[in-house]
Amino acid sequence: MLPEPSLNTYLALSAVLFSIGTAGVFLRRNLITILLSVEVMLNAVNLTFVAVDRFLGTVDGQIIAFFVITVAAAEAAVGLAIVIALFRHRQTLTPDAFTTLKW
Amino acid sequence: MDALFFWFFALVAIVSSVLVVGQRNPMYSVLLLIVSFAALSGLYVLLNAPFMAVLQIIVYAGAIMVLFLFVVMLLNVTSEEEEGNESKPRFVIGPGPRRFGAVLAVVLAVQLIWALRTIADAPFVDAAGSDTSVRAIGLRLFRDYAFAFEATSILILVAMVGAVIIARKER
Repeated sequence: MLPEPSLNTYLALSAVLFSIGTAGVFLRRNLITILLSVEVMLNAVNLTFVAVDRFLGTVDGQIIAFFVITVAAAEAAVGLAIVIALFRHRQTLTPDAFTTLKW
Repeated sequence: MDALFFWFFALVAIVSSVLVVGQRNPMYSVLLLIVSFAALSGLYVLLNAPFMAVLQIIVYAGAIMVLFLFVVMLLNVTSEEEEGNESKPRFVIGPGPRRFGAVLAVVLAVQLIWALRTIADAPFVDAAGSDTSVRAIGLRLFRDYAFAFEATSILILVAMVGAVIIARKER
C-alpha cells in the first residue's frame, strides 16, 4: 500500500514543484511562460507554509500563504502590464529581445 | 484513503507543472497551470485547510489565471520563436546558459531532497486544543495581522494604478 504522507513528503513535493518552476524560468523563451513558472514557485512555497501549519496546529502559515496569494495577484497584474508594454514596443515576447540596457 | 488521494494529487501537480514548463504554446501552459492549482487545492483539503483550498480556486484559478489567459489571447502569441538571432553574442543568450540553468534547477531539487532526508520523519498529529477553523483564521487575520492586511490593500491599489499606467498606450 502507499506510504502515509507526513510533513517530509509534503516538503519534498514542494521542493520538486519549486525546482520545476526554477527550471521553467531558465528554460523558456517566452515572458508569459516565465511569469507562469514564477507562479508555480510561489505555489510550492504556499504548500510548504500550509503543510508546516498542519504540523504545528496553527493558522499563521495559512495567513502568510494568504498574503503570498495577494502579492502574487499584484505581481501578475504589474508583470502582465509590463509584458503588454514590451510587446507593443518590439512585437515579440522573447526576453533576449530586451537586452538594450544590458550592453 | 488519504494516502491514495495525496499521491494522486501530488502526481497530478508534478505532471501538470512539468507540462506547464515544457509547453511551447503559452495558452496550454495557462490551462495546465489551472490543473496544477486544482491539484494543490486538493492537497490543501487533505491538510485540513479548506480556506486555503477555496482561496486557491477562487483567487488563483479564477482571477489570476483569467488575467494570464486574457493577456495570452490579447497578444495572440501561439508559440515561441526559434533559436537564432546570430547577431547577439551566443554566450549570453544562447542555449548553453539556458541548459546550464536547467542543470542548476535539477541540482537545486537534489539538494533540497537531500536536505529533507536528514530530518527525521514527522507524521501529522492533531495537537490538543489547536483551532485551525476558518473562524480562527479570521480572528487572527483581523486582530494580530490587521496592519499587514491593510498594507496589502495599499499594495493592491498601487499595483492596480501601476498596471493601468504601464499598459496605457502612449500618444
